[in-house]
Amino acid sequence: MGRLVRLLVMLGVIAAGAGWWLSGPNRLDALPAEAAGHQPDIDNGRLMFFAGGCASCHAAPDSDDKLALTGGVRLESPFGAFVGPNISPHRQDGIGGWSQLDFLNAMLRGVSPDGSHYYPAFPYTSYQRMRVADLLDLKAFLDTLAPVAGVAPDHEVGFPFNIRRGLGLWKRLYLDGEPFMADPAASDQVNRGAYLSEGPGHCGECHTPRDAIGGLDRSNWLAGAPNPEGKGIIPNITPHAQGLADWSEGDIAYALESGFTPDYDSLGGTMGKVISNTAQLPPEDRAAIAAYLKSLPALPDAYEAAKP
Amino acid sequence: MIRQTTIALVATVCSLSLTVASANDDPIATRKAMMKNVGASIGVMGKMAKGEMAFDAIQANLAMRAINNAAIGFVHLFPEGSESGGETEAAPKIWEDMAGFIAKSRDMEEVTAEAIAFPAGSLDEMREQLGKLGATCKACHEGYRIKKS
Ligand code: HEC
Ligand code: HEC
Ligand code: HEC
Repeated sequence: MGRLVRLLVMLGVIAAGAGWWLSGPNRLDALPAEAAGHQPDIDNGRLMFFAGGCASCHAAPDSDDKLALTGGVRLESPFGAFVGPNISPHRQDGIGGWSQLDFLNAMLRGVSPDGSHYYPAFPYTSYQRMRVADLLDLKAFLDTLAPVAGVAPDHEVGFPFNIRRGLGLWKRLYLDGEPFMADPAASDQVNRGAYLSEGPGHCGECHTPRDAIGGLDRSNWLAGAPNPEGKGIIPNITPHAQGLADWSEGDIAYALESGFTPDYDSLGGTMGKVISNTAQLPPEDRAAIAAYLKSLPALPDAYEAAKP
Repeated sequence: MIRQTTIALVATVCSLSLTVASANDDPIATRKAMMKNVGASIGVMGKMAKGEMAFDAIQANLAMRAINNAAIGFVHLFPEGSESGGETEAAPKIWEDMAGFIAKSRDMEEVTAEAIAFPAGSLDEMREQLGKLGATCKACHEGYRIKKS
């Protein structure tokens, strides 16, 4: 009997140790080979900034200056409220002191310079698909912005989600670390659209439903989801009759530029901010996103429509 | 010019009284119908902007006037008690922050009033006005409307 207990305790200790080890940060220790000799292209960095919608969560809420990245935007979720931090190049309050490697670890691995895990409210599960060159350009662009002082309020998350270490296990399940894979059978335009949508554009973070612990249900890619902020839904944007079957590529590109749907409703909700960003992209990139959406498998709605 | 202004004024007053009358009956249906009309007017300009229809300065100006008319009575169509039912997509925030909601409606009113005072003489000018106007639609729908289907 005593031996059994001792065995169980020992197994418990091993399991806890394995959990501790499994939940540890998975950092890049050195700049990847692609970074060698890269000359940052600030214009491309600006494009990535708007494709990535960084201002949506990092510009001060209700400020018209979308390049003053003081943070403070509240993001409601079933796990609590998260607040976008200051990512301006301010040395103390922002990320002014960061190296390229620190930045890549945040965007590709969801790990902070001090080695703790970020919450996936910061959509690094999508940003991990971004090319290293694009990320270095993005950092170079961020470095050109004004440093602004000010620390955003803390996140409001309860136990157990307030323990960042626990995120390591979640990340084992949902952060695969894979780069974007172009589809050799698809056109360059569709691949460009796929990269922009799956990587920086993080369309799937809203338009794809999640499972009970917040991981994306990839079998329902972009087929719509209940709105995580509470009421309402996020529409299906696959080319299904319940989605964008009736929209031409031109209609989608125009919506991403102007916010107007083909029947001249105006898109709003959290998509409003997305459009403020996609409106800043070159027209050929909006066309590429449209071509990608129209190339997707058509799936029926993946949400229970909120019936009044 | 004076005649035009008078006509516009009369039209505004007429549409205003019409709005108030039907609003009493069914504010939800009325505001939805008004928004649909706004969408139709936007459609005229959107088709021109997309090149699906030739630019027509008078049609564009009329569309701006129609939207301006709708904007004027709009916020009165959200009385207490019309928060739910009738498949409304109005967000609860309207009643929590009526001042903010009214400000968003005023933005739409001001942008259209300016477009009426300085009518677009070219397609590019109209595109610019439409861009400004679209931003006011989006800004209100961002905070005060919840898409349900
Ligand atoms: C949907 C909202 C959202 C978007 C979009 C977003 N972020 Fe964030 N970001 C967050 C949140 C929330 C955090 C805080 C995460 C935490 O504390 O665990 C964060 C943290 C960060 C950090 C770490 C800051 C620090 O002080 O440790 C960096 C760097 C960052 N984001 C960069 C970006 C960049 C660059 C973009 C655009 C490509 C971007 N973010 C887009 C929500 C967002
Ligand atoms: C922050 C969440 C969020 C992100 C990220 C997001 N969307 Fe949306 N999207 C929405 C919401 C909410 C709506 C519904 C808006 C409305 O109707 O008012 C929407 C609507 C749309 C629509 C209109 C669909 C319809 O049937 O009316 C399209 C097209 C669209 N999104 C494309 C995209 C693309 C492409 C991306 C990535 C570049 C993207 N979205 C990223 C939340 C998001
Ligand atoms: C002051 C806020 C506000 C502004 C500005 C605004 N809307 Fe709306 N809109 C709403 C609200 C609220 C609803 C939902 C009404 C309801 O369902 O009760 C709505 C609904 C709609 C609808 C759906 C109507 C239906 O069939 O149910 C359309 C179309 C629309 N708006 C178009 C526009 C366009 C185009 C503009 C810009 C020219 C615009 N709106 C500006 C608040 C606004």
